[in-house]
Amino acid sequence: MEQVKQIVHEHYDPEASKIGMWLFIFTELLLFGILFVIYAVYRYMNHSAFELAAEELDAFVGAVNTIILLISSMTIAMSTSALQKKNVKFALLLIGITLVLGIVFLINKYFEWGGKFDHGIFPGSAYLVENFSQGEILFFGLYFIMTGLHALHIIIGLILISVTMWRIYAGKVHADRPVLLENTGLYWHLVDLIWIFLFPLFYLII
Amino acid sequence: MSSIAIENEANYLKYKGRYKGLLGWILSTDHKRIGLLYLYSMAVMFLIGAGLGLAMRFELLAPGKTVMDAQAYNATFTVHGVIMIFMVVIPGLPAVFGNFFLPLMIGAKDVAFPRLNLLSWWFFIIGIFLVLSALLFGSGTPDTGWTFYAPYSFRTGTNLLPAIFGAFVLGFSSILTGLNFLVTIHRMRCPGMKWTKMPLFVWTLYGTAWIQLLATPVVGITLVLVALERLFSVGIFDPALGGDPILYQHLFWIYSHPAVYVMILPALGVISEIIPTFSQKHIFGYKAIIASTMAIAFVGYLVWGHHMFTAGMSGTAQYYFSLLTFLVAVPSAIKVFNWISTMYKGSINLQTPFLWAVSFIFVFMIGGLSGLVLGALAANIHVHDTAFVVAHFHYIVFGGTGFAFLGAIHYWFPKIYGRMYDKSWANIGWAVFFIGFLTLYTPMFYLGLMGQPRRYYDYLAEFHGGNILATIGSWILATGIIIIFANLIRSASRGEKAVMDPWHSKTLEWTVPSPPPVENFDEIPVLEESDGPYNYK
Repeated sequence: MEQVKQIVHEHYDPEASKIGMWLFIFTELLLFGILFVIYAVYRYMNHSAFELAAEELDAFVGAVNTIILLISSMTIAMSTSALQKKNVKFALLLIGITLVLGIVFLINKYFEWGGKFDHGIFPGSAYLVENFSQGEILFFGLYFIMTGLHALHIIIGLILISVTMWRIYAGKVHADRPVLLENTGLYWHLVDLIWIFLFPLFYLII
Repeated sequence: MSSIAIENEANYLKYKGRYKGLLGWILSTDHKRIGLLYLYSMAVMFLIGAGLGLAMRFELLAPGKTVMDAQAYNATFTVHGVIMIFMVVIPGLPAVFGNFFLPLMIGAKDVAFPRLNLLSWWFFIIGIFLVLSALLFGSGTPDTGWTFYAPYSFRTGTNLLPAIFGAFVLGFSSILTGLNFLVTIHRMRCPGMKWTKMPLFVWTLYGTAWIQLLATPVVGITLVLVALERLFSVGIFDPALGGDPILYQHLFWIYSHPAVYVMILPALGVISEIIPTFSQKHIFGYKAIIASTMAIAFVGYLVWGHHMFTAGMSGTAQYYFSLLTFLVAVPSAIKVFNWISTMYKGSINLQTPFLWAVSFIFVFMIGGLSGLVLGALAANIHVHDTAFVVAHFHYIVFGGTGFAFLGAIHYWFPKIYGRMYDKSWANIGWAVFFIGFLTLYTPMFYLGLMGQPRRYYDYLAEFHGGNILATIGSWILATGIIIIFANLIRSASRGEKAVMDPWHSKTLEWTVPSPPPVENFDEIPVLEESDGPYNYK
């Protein structure tokens, strides 16, 4: 009886974990999807104000961050392949690069936001209310909410990547049980994908 | 199948794992213990919510101030709504009976992610404490109503933030439960259990889980936006900054209307289990019930606008929302037709769960048909935000989900505790509850048609009679609740020992001893071609 219980508790179904992750990604897409709907509604209502406000953002910093995230997505995908080929050290190196790139993204974001705050552009600031139209206030409100929520997802992703690295290092995640790394990769791709939409909506459409 | 009570030393109630006593429960990943954790925490919240409801009814006993002023009344209906909606009826049936019986009904040893399941319960408890902290600390109890409508939700001086955050955490718990059930149903059905051999309760849990997964994130982000509005004035819903409060209503109801189907779908599933069992007959139109379940889940997404007919919306949009609302009635009616047809020429056994099921059909039909009155554009203008809405809503959510919940607990009680309740007291409890329910909510239909608005602590003298009747009904209803609770609590420890399959049901949960062993099945069952959940001879 005890023997049987042990086996049951170690029930391992990688397919189930993957379905679970895809379903979770589905909920995340809806979470951001609603914000994109709000963006669409307010852009439609305040067309010219949105164009004017977008000029305040620096497309160069946005582009750099996009490239950083794209490369980090590539390295985590390569890490999965490396682990499947039993090259644990290379897998650790690649996922480590992903971690560093994620942190660099956040540092860029910090300076970008900091610049805006220095110019008095942040939600609730008196400067914003006095010098900008309602459409522009909405643009910046959405900018801070959407990139802020995205940055929060980057932070969660970085924690997940750190845990995965530790599990790979400890030998708990390996070529026969790669599902944690695969799921972390899926989550990171989602974070990347959302940024791919945020970047043109806020920085490029002028 | 043997009908002898089996003494099982390793049943889940007595099992001693790594932790002892209370820790053995609140840290257990056993789906059955988690189901009971939900049951107990929900029962406590239900009693608090019901107490607040009684207080509101007492205030409405006479016009003018009776026991509380307007502000206290606003706080009371807000807290009553938040507790009942977010902590009792939305998680209700899936979290309690879904957790306990989903694995048993599909022949699995647990859900797909047992630790995630425990985490969901912890989120549930954290959410409860967050909401309660809004009542006990800070600058006054929230007074916005459970809908947190903008712009008042970020203008009110009351302590709304913890309540909003609590509702967000409760939503997260709901998403994780739904995700867990979806994966469980896809991956863990026993050999031979095809999709068309799943019990109907499992099917309704499946539809419910999709709604939980796809609709809850919408309200999650909406509540976050209200919180950000309060904290930083981002302007999204603030007309002073260019935002649109009507947009809040849309986003809120995109979740909160499907949430009504999170409440009612599993209830329909429970009724679809009880009726064939106590008619000893194969359910009529098994596939039609499945199709109508999925149709309700799908169309339920597209009707949210009917909450906002008077809020400002184009005429074209109103027509579509009204039409779609009428369409939802069709699959619901199909189900009622199928239940009645199942009873026809069945060998009916008039036990307590069956009484709950038939009274469910009665109140569900009144609640559903009054919903059509509200869904019709012209009639809606007249009864919008009146007591009529309150009556309709309580007929569906308390009458529907509540009756199904009480039916479910009387149906599965012998399996959960291995003991039978006192049947005559259970029937008396049902009768008192049913009479109290009708006396409490029926007058509200008339009061609403006459024009008494909802959410007011005061009313005109001409509404006095109906309000006295409703308040008396609330006392009868409370008596019924006390009888039912007392009977069940006493019987859980002192009732007669129950046999394995007291109702001669055919679903898999009745093939294991009562109470079930820790790992449910010694051997995973295998369904043959001739086996099925409702194959009565």
